[in-house]
Amino acid sequence: MSVLVYAEHDNAALKGVTLNVVAAAKAIGGDITVLVAGEGCAAVAEEAAKIEGVSKVLLADNAAYGHQLAENVADLVAEVGKDYGHILAPATTTGKNFAPRVAALLDVGMISEISSVESADTFKRPIYAGNAIATVQSSDSIKVITVRGTSFDAVAAEGGSASVESIDVAKDAGVSSFVGEELAKSDRPELTAAKIVISGGRGMQNGDNFEMLYKVADKLGAAVGASRAAVDAGFVPNDMQVGQTGKIVAPELYVAVGISGAIQHLAGMKDSKVIVAINKDEEAPIFQVADYGLVADLFEAVPELEGKI
Amino acid sequence: MKVLVPIKRVVDYNVKVRVKADNSGVDLANVKMAMNPFCEIAVEEAVRLKEKGVVTEIVAVTVGPKAAQEQLRTAMALGADRSILVETEEQAQPLGVAKVLKALVEKEQPDLVILGKQAIDDDNNQTGQMLAALCGMPQGTFASEVNVEEGKVKVTREIDGGLQTVELKLPAVVTTDLRLNEPRYASLPNIMKAKKKPLETITPADVSVDLAPRVKTIKVEPPAERQAGIKVASVEELVDKLKNEAKVI
Repeated sequence: MSVLVYAEHDNAALKGVTLNVVAAAKAIGGDITVLVAGEGCAAVAEEAAKIEGVSKVLLADNAAYGHQLAENVADLVAEVGKDYGHILAPATTTGKNFAPRVAALLDVGMISEISSVESADTFKRPIYAGNAIATVQSSDSIKVITVRGTSFDAVAAEGGSASVESIDVAKDAGVSSFVGEELAKSDRPELTAAKIVISGGRGMQNGDNFEMLYKVADKLGAAVGASRAAVDAGFVPNDMQVGQTGKIVAPELYVAVGISGAIQHLAGMKDSKVIVAINKDEEAPIFQVADYGLVADLFEAVPELEGKI
Repeated sequence: MKVLVPIKRVVDYNVKVRVKADNSGVDLANVKMAMNPFCEIAVEEAVRLKEKGVVTEIVAVTVGPKAAQEQLRTAMALGADRSILVETEEQAQPLGVAKVLKALVEKEQPDLVILGKQAIDDDNNQTGQMLAALCGMPQGTFASEVNVEEGKVKVTREIDGGLQTVELKLPAVVTTDLRLNEPRYASLPNIMKAKKKPLETITPADVSVDLAPRVKTIKVEPPAERQAGIKVASVEELVDKLKNEAKVI
């Protein structure tokens, strides 16, 4: 039995979440092959070959995969993956985009966003925005799965010495094309990969006040997030959203500032190791999940915090 | 052009669901049901395209129990012209639903299929992509902007870290994200009018699709509860706890 892991990358470097997906593959058991599909991504394949526990890397370097268009990637993964027992992709917007296509092409069901591996055919996954956890079993011959990265501890990025094999499979469905993208530029760590996350909610009152959080974040090497309320109010862009409809994070330390703690926000951060809440409303539900709660006016507490760390 | 809008009946998003004592699933007895919020956004987008004169006919469809007629009536009150209920008491899974929808796509020949990116019950986020694959169509998932042009559609997608725009040849599948639009409320006159709009009922057997589940749910449990911690009196105490007790900074 063998497992195919689809690597997440930007053609230049491997994304850390791939290490979490390899961890899920290890829990399933069997040989692990990593598929790197992209354009000009040979360096990514070299990086993938060093991941602990990986026995083989397949490199599909072709213009058709340069922007991870689901139509082309799914055709490739379905063809390469048909000889494997499991096909795993991260539950990122890339993985969620193409993996169901792969399952449909292979005529198998799919298991989305697993949070644990119980056995080779049985997995746990959150449903109802994390308000229930389902244990599900697949009877299909090939199991197509997306993995919630924050639920698995990353394997070591170094230590392996897998072979890299180029595969010459150009799948261009010719029905879709890339027009452009706008990616938020930031020197801070990525939300889903950061060890510390500090998030602001509606209590921040406006986008300018987030500057206070950026200052604290820069001192701690933290990423900055926001609640959906803050995003909907137009304070900050959507890619900062933490919650069921945004990003799922599980850092060592999560600091919620001016966030009431709606269910939809909790679904995105309640697996954090330590949670701190700063809110002037002592009845705010966020305090029910916080390890350390500070009832205070954030406009006084946050600058003070910045000064004391 | 014609748009097909598949929708789903789910537990209303305001309801806090409870897991059944025997861990067989979530308790749905006497719980308020509604159209999945992402599906409402899909209906709204189709209606806006019709108002712009791009779309001429909107067909709403659902695979579900008889009671899902309510959600189809809602879709018609919001602006869908007619609807199809593929009636089944089986808990249909995404692959099965996608196969039923493929049969309807072959029959109805829409230029565009718009549906929600995921249902808020099973949180699968699969059906649209599976339908697109089965029909050999391109897909624009997690859409925050949709622009139909001659023979093609430009879709701006919400991706990790920002936005991506793709161009798809029609016919295509689009799945909606939250920011695509804000759905309207149905007006009373439109709710009355919707009662007279055509609603056709068929069965999965009529389109030769087997809805037998591929993935079996063994048990459903409540998530691990997080215990509330302590309140600290000052920023100073907070910093001290984080440094010396939790050791995270």
